[in-house]
Amino acid sequence: MNTDNTSLRVLVAKVGLDGHDRGVKVVARLLRDAGIEVIYTGLFQTPETVAAAAVDEDVDVVGLSMLSGAHMTLAPLVVAAIRARGVDIPVVIGGIVPNSDVAELKAAGIAEILGPGAPADEVVAAVRRAAANAAV
Amino acid sequence: MTNPREQWQKAFDASKVRDEQYQTMSGIPLEPVYGPEDGDFPGVYPYTRGPYASMYRSKLWTMRMFAGFGTAIDTNQRFKEILKSGGDGLSTAFDMPTLLGLDSDDPMSLGEVGRCGVAIDTLADMSDLFSDIDLGSITTSMTINSPAAVLLAMFVAQAENAGVPRAKLGGTLQNDILKEYQAQKEFVFPPRQSMRLVRDTVAFTAAEMPRWNSISISGYHIREAGSTAAEELAFTLANGFAYVELARQAGLPVDAFAPRLSFFFNAHIDFFEEIAKYRAARRIWARWMKERYGATTERSMQLRFHTQTAGVSLTAQQPEVNIVRTAIEALAGVLGGTQSLHTNSMDEALALPTERSARIALRTQQVIGYETNVTHVADPLGGSYFVEALTDEMESRAEEIFAKIDEMGHGSMLEGCIVGIDENWFQGRIADSAYDLERAFNRGERTIVGVSKFLEGNEEDQMDTLKITNADEKKQRERLSSVKQDRNEAAVQDALDRLAKDAVDTEVNLMPALIDASNAYATVGEMMNTMAGVFGRHVEVPTI
Repeated sequence: MNTDNTSLRVLVAKVGLDGHDRGVKVVARLLRDAGIEVIYTGLFQTPETVAAAAVDEDVDVVGLSMLSGAHMTLAPLVVAAIRARGVDIPVVIGGIVPNSDVAELKAAGIAEILGPGAPADEVVAAVRRAAANAAV
Repeated sequence: MTNPREQWQKAFDASKVRDEQYQTMSGIPLEPVYGPEDGDFPGVYPYTRGPYASMYRSKLWTMRMFAGFGTAIDTNQRFKEILKSGGDGLSTAFDMPTLLGLDSDDPMSLGEVGRCGVAIDTLADMSDLFSDIDLGSITTSMTINSPAAVLLAMFVAQAENAGVPRAKLGGTLQNDILKEYQAQKEFVFPPRQSMRLVRDTVAFTAAEMPRWNSISISGYHIREAGSTAAEELAFTLANGFAYVELARQAGLPVDAFAPRLSFFFNAHIDFFEEIAKYRAARRIWARWMKERYGATTERSMQLRFHTQTAGVSLTAQQPEVNIVRTAIEALAGVLGGTQSLHTNSMDEALALPTERSARIALRTQQVIGYETNVTHVADPLGGSYFVEALTDEMESRAEEIFAKIDEMGHGSMLEGCIVGIDENWFQGRIADSAYDLERAFNRGERTIVGVSKFLEGNEEDQMDTLKITNADEKKQRERLSSVKQDRNEAAVQDALDRLAKDAVDTEVNLMPALIDASNAYATVGEMMNTMAGVFGRHVEVPTI
């Protein structure tokens, strides 16, 4: 696993049925402009397809963009699907996530949670932090 | 030939006007409109100043609040609440599985049932949704696109079972599939096959549902996905031209269906730019309909639109401030002459709205409508040097974009829109504009109160938000399973077989087969899968 911050690989994904892709595309470009290699797997992914792509692409972090309210169901399933493959790639969520859901998501193994309005440097920092913590 | 003021006066005199004191708070009498004899007037071509001569003096905009969550029974309660507190039209939000034509028991629906809207699987749910609501006396809007024909069929079946004939049904089907590929991304079939379903709904409603708006051509989602105001304007109207060409190709005379096309625009936070956008939209539509498509009746040229305030402008931080943003945006819609309006609730950057926050959003419209007197005079900003110049600028930027789309389609806006989707042109422009805006924000060139500046108060606890539990998902799956047990399987199979057969023949209108299948309690997913067997499914190539 890569710990050199200059050459991180991140998979950004939309899991479930939510088609709102403004956030995921903006974040993908922000990360790319920060020197991070970004892979986007497109819309309508399942926890299984995301986990498989994350392992195949040997990424350092998985970023999920979730706006439909399904994060409490789907995000823990992504973590479980990754772990079921014998690896522990950290998962970061961004989108419409109320504070009241944060503790439960952390308990389910989500590394970082970015709420609405998170600025660019915070997004990049959260991804780097997730990668660094996982490497320890 | 009479001058524009005389034309306006004639139309105004023929309009019914609400019985009210048309004066300022201090008693200064107000004219219905102001302007020079030979200037533009509302209700007079090219309708820059409004589609109707009397505008809000005849009727305020429809205060149409978008609602839907959980099961049909839950949403039916919310609908009744909206009607009781003075809302005068319903607007149905469907959940993600329904928007994508999936049943609640589909594995892909896990975690999404009833979450962003109401779950509808069969006619039984549609009956619960409108239980004890007289569909003949209110208008109903349904925000549905890929499965629009299926939901329209179910709606007609439900209304007729309740004794309201289809010809009496008033309302709007969003049914704007082009913007799904461009912006909202809730697509199922490939573009050309989807357009066949749009053609079928337009032809069906034109023939059998005279009070029904067949397409709500929507810029809202294009803007929310990140476009500029000019792109929202241009892409939306271009899509409108594409639907006009589609219906004409199907042999419908333009004046037979164009009066039932309506529009849906965003009201973002840049106040004057939004107003200019609405004014430019009316002028462009009128001119294109008359000059390019040969429309002859006024209704075909008069652009009418619904407005929703900008969801993306809301902040999770200090959410009460969103009430102020929404009020300003709503006022832009009203000063721009909207025919109906949805105001977002303060908590929508976090969750679906609570009943209380939805009520405050409706009250915001009522303050504008009943307290401010801004409704007395049509197009009150017409003649402002600034607003007129901005309107002209919006128009010319839109015309540049039309020229590009027309070129992509070799002289056909319909082809241009489909080619632009296939080549990722619309999607790429929207993503570029979204990123430009994000960078401007990150460079500190744009301020968002409570996010980039003025942060005191952000440390307070977040407000309580509406919680939708997985219990609704479970309830809905049980409901579906019991409907499936009670229905006649052979009748369902017959109806689906006929649907498949009709789908193969592109000359056949699919609406009758869909209504029959609805009445047999075929599910949304079964009907969509049957059609996908013939049409195929659309897959977007992921690009950043």
